[in-house]
Amino acid sequence: MQWAFTAEQLEFRAVLRRYFQDHCPPAEARRLMQTEAGWDKAFWRALNDDLGLGGVHIPEIFGGQGFGLIELGIVLEEMGRALVCAPYFASSVLAATAISNIGTEAEKAELLPSLCLGERTAALAVTETNGRWEPGAIEMTATPAGAGWRLSGVKSFVVDGLTADLILAVARDGAELGLFVVEAGAAGLGRRALAVLDPTRKLARLDFADVEARRIGEGDISDALGRTLQIAAVALSHEMVGGAEKLRESALEFAKLRVQFGQPIAAFQSMKHKQADMLVDVELAKTAAYVAAASGDDAAEDFAALAHMAKAAASEAYLQTAIHTIQIHGGIGFTWENDTHLWFKRAKSSEVFLGDGAWNREQMMRAWGH
Amino acid sequence: MATNVTLPSPDGARAEIRAWLADNWRDTYGLVEWRNILLDAGWAAPGWPKAWFGRDYTPPLVAVVEEEMRRVGAVGPARAGPRNLASATILAHGNDDQKARFLRRILTGEDSWCQLFSEPGNGSDLAGAVTRADLKGGQWIVNGQKVWTTSAHHADWGLLVARTDWDAPKHQGLSYFLLNMRQPGVEVRPLRQMNGHASFNEVFFTDAVAEPENLLGRPGEGWAAATTTLMHERRGFAGGGAGVGLAGGQARKGPIHEEERVETAHAMEPYSWYPQRAGRVDLVIERARETGAIADPVARQEIAKLLILSKSAEWTARRARTAQAQGQQPGPEGSIGKLVASHVARAAARVHTQISGADAMLSGVDGPRDGIIAEVLISTPAVSIAGGTDEIQKNIIAERVLGMPKDNSIDPSRPFRDISGVKGA
Repeated sequence: MQWAFTAEQLEFRAVLRRYFQDHCPPAEARRLMQTEAGWDKAFWRALNDDLGLGGVHIPEIFGGQGFGLIELGIVLEEMGRALVCAPYFASSVLAATAISNIGTEAEKAELLPSLCLGERTAALAVTETNGRWEPGAIEMTATPAGAGWRLSGVKSFVVDGLTADLILAVARDGAELGLFVVEAGAAGLGRRALAVLDPTRKLARLDFADVEARRIGEGDISDALGRTLQIAAVALSHEMVGGAEKLRESALEFAKLRVQFGQPIAAFQSMKHKQADMLVDVELAKTAAYVAAASGDDAAEDFAALAHMAKAAASEAYLQTAIHTIQIHGGIGFTWENDTHLWFKRAKSSEVFLGDGAWNREQMMRAWGH
Repeated sequence: MATNVTLPSPDGARAEIRAWLADNWRDTYGLVEWRNILLDAGWAAPGWPKAWFGRDYTPPLVAVVEEEMRRVGAVGPARAGPRNLASATILAHGNDDQKARFLRRILTGEDSWCQLFSEPGNGSDLAGAVTRADLKGGQWIVNGQKVWTTSAHHADWGLLVARTDWDAPKHQGLSYFLLNMRQPGVEVRPLRQMNGHASFNEVFFTDAVAEPENLLGRPGEGWAAATTTLMHERRGFAGGGAGVGLAGGQARKGPIHEEERVETAHAMEPYSWYPQRAGRVDLVIERARETGAIADPVARQEIAKLLILSKSAEWTARRARTAQAQGQQPGPEGSIGKLVASHVARAAARVHTQISGADAMLSGVDGPRDGIIAEVLISTPAVSIAGGTDEIQKNIIAERVLGMPKDNSIDPSRPFRDISGVKGA
């Protein structure tokens, strides 16, 4: 187990932090959140061309960088900190990880390189209108049709599903779950942007009416899908702790500047103690995320439990930090003009995506055999 | 600590200690006799400076040495109790004469120590100490009272903070003494706690004598040394409390092991309830299975929250230690251990109550686990007070880690004797 970042990893983080500071100020998030797509093609190309982030954790033979979850975590943490608006979580994390875990070698060699280069984006469609994450909750059906398959049903809460070039849909073939690739322009596929609470992360509803699809992978994919979602949970947890730390720092900075009763409010014990509490919340959640990533890289036996732990910890810590940050800002913190609400909304959408705190705690207990 | 020393690789250190133990370790030595051999060879405290019995080893190298010693069952230096606070403070602030007189006997276990800081009127505000030391006829004469002194009834020596200058501002009028506890002017009375144990003491000084050679640093420099002691104490708390977890291990036979067991049992006696004070998270799952609470969805959520808190606390400390051992700048994660330990203890007490139901009202032979659970419930309030209250910890984090303004203190720059409420000036 790796318990501290290496010098190379710290340098990687520093490079990303500078890059996102320069290219992704809050004003950019504000601009993009008002667009339907929610992200910018030119910036996405630059992100992949300048930094080659597309396949950080994907093996080099499939066009990736061949790093592990620790490095992927660093990318997400820095993106969460800057609130980067890009289809990274949807395409590079959810979709690429699904293909990597589920596809055959030939399918990976065919599908992954263009995703790693950012030439195409993909979206993973798992949850349906019931909003549940267990494989057992999936109702969409796949029926064989000639050499291929036909999908019918509804997928919801699909991150960046409106803009993706490829849809990876999980559907039921009798008792088996399978992963099916659908081209964005396929006949019978209806895509609609959902009205979202967090405009920095776009969600879509996808209606499948007898849509032509191609199955990838072999046999029932329930376990590989589970692992994919656990890796995604670890990645999302990093994004969340990055956002939480950014909020904590912004609240601290504000408290030092804001003067009331003739002194900075940072001088009041109520503020100092709240800041100390926030530091504890964020540091513990960071640890849970880091340990989960390191255990994934070690293929540790309790990776599943640790992934659920990281997500549960991040769900609580991010939202709590966002609540404190608004409170410390006072009235200005509740305005549209102040940037805090951008992160607050991301905290809220991330809190429930891939399961809320309570659900992840229960999954953690089960994974440990309790 | 010297930084230009060439250190061995972990494998090199392992080979060296392994060879040395093969040549030297025999379980036929007397305890003190063996520890002197260990110490003269530089293996008793390899993390200490070369000039003082050590090898300047980094924490990972020290861990290698400890691992090899455990592997062959070799007895190590005396560790239990507040003695580590004494050695850390003497190493940092003592002169060569003091290091020569005290450090060896700390490691051999011949001397045990206690910490004479808190007073009835000065708990969180330690710098407000009014126990006085006056220079009379070439000796420092000590009068006053200390409280919450763990192990004072066993101690040969005490780390004493006393006021020597009443005209200086409060932090500048304190001096730090190494006080002989075995003298007529020192009276130790046990203090019974809400959990029935009496591991703390009140200590009364009536014209007790501190020799001038036992003044640590110069007069008026006591606060800096006290800060060193406190820093080490809080670090210990994050790991479960002073010396907790040392006892146990496999029971090896032979007179030297028996001697060590007696020593440890004696030194650890005041700490018997410390594992309960920390919350006994290790018992939660077993207890939940025992009572059936493991099947209750509400209890499962609370248990899961506790496990997440306790594991992330443990791993955050490990993260901090590892980064430090690798020479990285210490991050904020190293400063929260003491505060998090009290969150864990409080949460554990709540969960144990929930799991136990009505049985939470019972103690002793009628209580769950022969009273251990009851002891958890009535001991955990100590964690958020001892060694610096949660509130003080939060102030420290806010001021030193987050750079927030210091509290408005009305007294730091005025002569101490002018501060209202001060008695004994």
